[in-house]
Amino acid sequence: MNTSVLPPPKPKRWKSFWIKTVSILLFSVLIGWSILGIAGGLNIERVFSMTTIERAQTVIPQLLQLNGEQFGRIVGLIIETLAIAFTGCLMATVFSVPLGFLTAKNMMGNTWLGQVVHSFFKVWLNATRTFPEILLALIFVASIGPSPFAGVLAIAIGSTGMLGKLFGETIETVDMAVVEAMQANGANKVQILFYAILPQVIPEFLSYAIYRFEIDVRASTILGVIGAGGIGTLIVISAANRNWGEVGLIVLCIIIVVTVIDYFSAFIRRKLV
Amino acid sequence: MNPTKPLPLNEGKVPGLVSKQKKRSNLLILLVILVLYIVSSLQTNSSLLRFDGEFFSNVWRMMSQMWPPQFAYAPMIWPKLMETIQMAVLSTVLAALFCIPLCLVSAQNIVRNKWIYNGMKGFLNILRTIPELILAVLFVGLFGIGVFSGILALFIFSLGILAKLMSETIEGIDNHQLEAMEATGGNRLQVIWYAVIPQILPQFASFSLYVFEINIRASVVLGFVGAGGIGLLIQQQINFLNYPAAMAVVMIIFFVVVIIDFISNKMREALL
Repeated sequence: MNTSVLPPPKPKRWKSFWIKTVSILLFSVLIGWSILGIAGGLNIERVFSMTTIERAQTVIPQLLQLNGEQFGRIVGLIIETLAIAFTGCLMATVFSVPLGFLTAKNMMGNTWLGQVVHSFFKVWLNATRTFPEILLALIFVASIGPSPFAGVLAIAIGSTGMLGKLFGETIETVDMAVVEAMQANGANKVQILFYAILPQVIPEFLSYAIYRFEIDVRASTILGVIGAGGIGTLIVISAANRNWGEVGLIVLCIIIVVTVIDYFSAFIRRKLV
Repeated sequence: MNPTKPLPLNEGKVPGLVSKQKKRSNLLILLVILVLYIVSSLQTNSSLLRFDGEFFSNVWRMMSQMWPPQFAYAPMIWPKLMETIQMAVLSTVLAALFCIPLCLVSAQNIVRNKWIYNGMKGFLNILRTIPELILAVLFVGLFGIGVFSGILALFIFSLGILAKLMSETIEGIDNHQLEAMEATGGNRLQVIWYAVIPQILPQFASFSLYVFEINIRASVVLGFVGAGGIGLLIQQQINFLNYPAAMAVVMIIFFVVVIIDFISNKMREALL
């Protein structure tokens, strides 16, 4: 009697071999196309020329030599940046709660109308998430003029896409047994909302909103590049004036502020969930 | 004694679901948020009073000026669109290549020296805090206007994201395989090649695709600061008040991003 146990037979590799070969080929074609396409516009001779080296020799030491002449203005603009992110994020959070309910499958029911509403809002939120905030800001700057308000609107709309989707997904995971228990006891819709659904979702809603605030702070630092308020305006101006010391200081301030906010946000979110 | 009268246990009050202390702290949090909102909406001059008739008429005027999109402008768009996609591809590939050593060094279970991996993690965190558009402003100042600055900015930004995600993945792998390799005398490189790489390869591909999606969106706007790509066209058309053409660019970007996201999502689902 043969007691030795044979290893299971090797799975047939042909299919995976073909998938691998084809994907590697496609991938190399993609990279080759990119390199060929970009090579013309790259200006390698200009990028790696003496002027670049000379420029780097003047720019890089100046970047590290922080220029604090306008420190007060930088702090003011950073506060404005944070205010843009906060206002936009709060607006988005408030808007996203009803949107979340409208995109949640278990809230809209199985009726024909519910399905249509659910899919409509889902598609709408996906569409909003496609645009970078700064593109939205550009359109708002064109329509209402360069002001922090344009930035707030762009942040609010950009955040609504993500928050609405996440809120909807959170509501879909709600324990429906609690809802049924309340229904069996004769609670009306408003009572079910306040005593069965909201207590289950509020911690996660807050956690997502704070996480989105983190992203919004990063996004609002660059809104000023196109004139929608915040620190971005000053960075473009000082870079155009070749005031590299100030650029260095602004970048340092952004790094510090974003790091501190990330840290606090992670701390609060750990406590919430 | 009247038997129908209830005993005055809680003076007839029913205790609430939420304790008094909890209620007070919730109220405090709400107040803080409200005060912060008022301060920040004053600072940015964006109170709810701004949503008046004038605001809506402005936005409506803009929308009606943008419509219908002028797709006759499309032939001008394709080369810049291709450039945008190529920038995203190249920067993602570069980031994926350079991320491999970085994520290995910043993973706790590969490099056991506390100082090295914590230092690397801090470095990656700092790298991620600088928005790509500000990196682009810096590089345009250094290397001049053009695609190179854009690719470099995207590369550095996505390197931070990818290396962070990958180092966290490496820290989450099955350590028994590493130990088994070490116990049978495998050297560092062999451990990485035979125990780490096979475990992280699907995630690596998936995260690279995710970073590619981010890079596509980011490369769209790099043109605003002269770092190449389609952003330049949008800004030009809006500055020339040629809104229908700008709308055409925006819509084409929209469709391209949706298609790329769709393909990338399908590939990531197949990978994991």
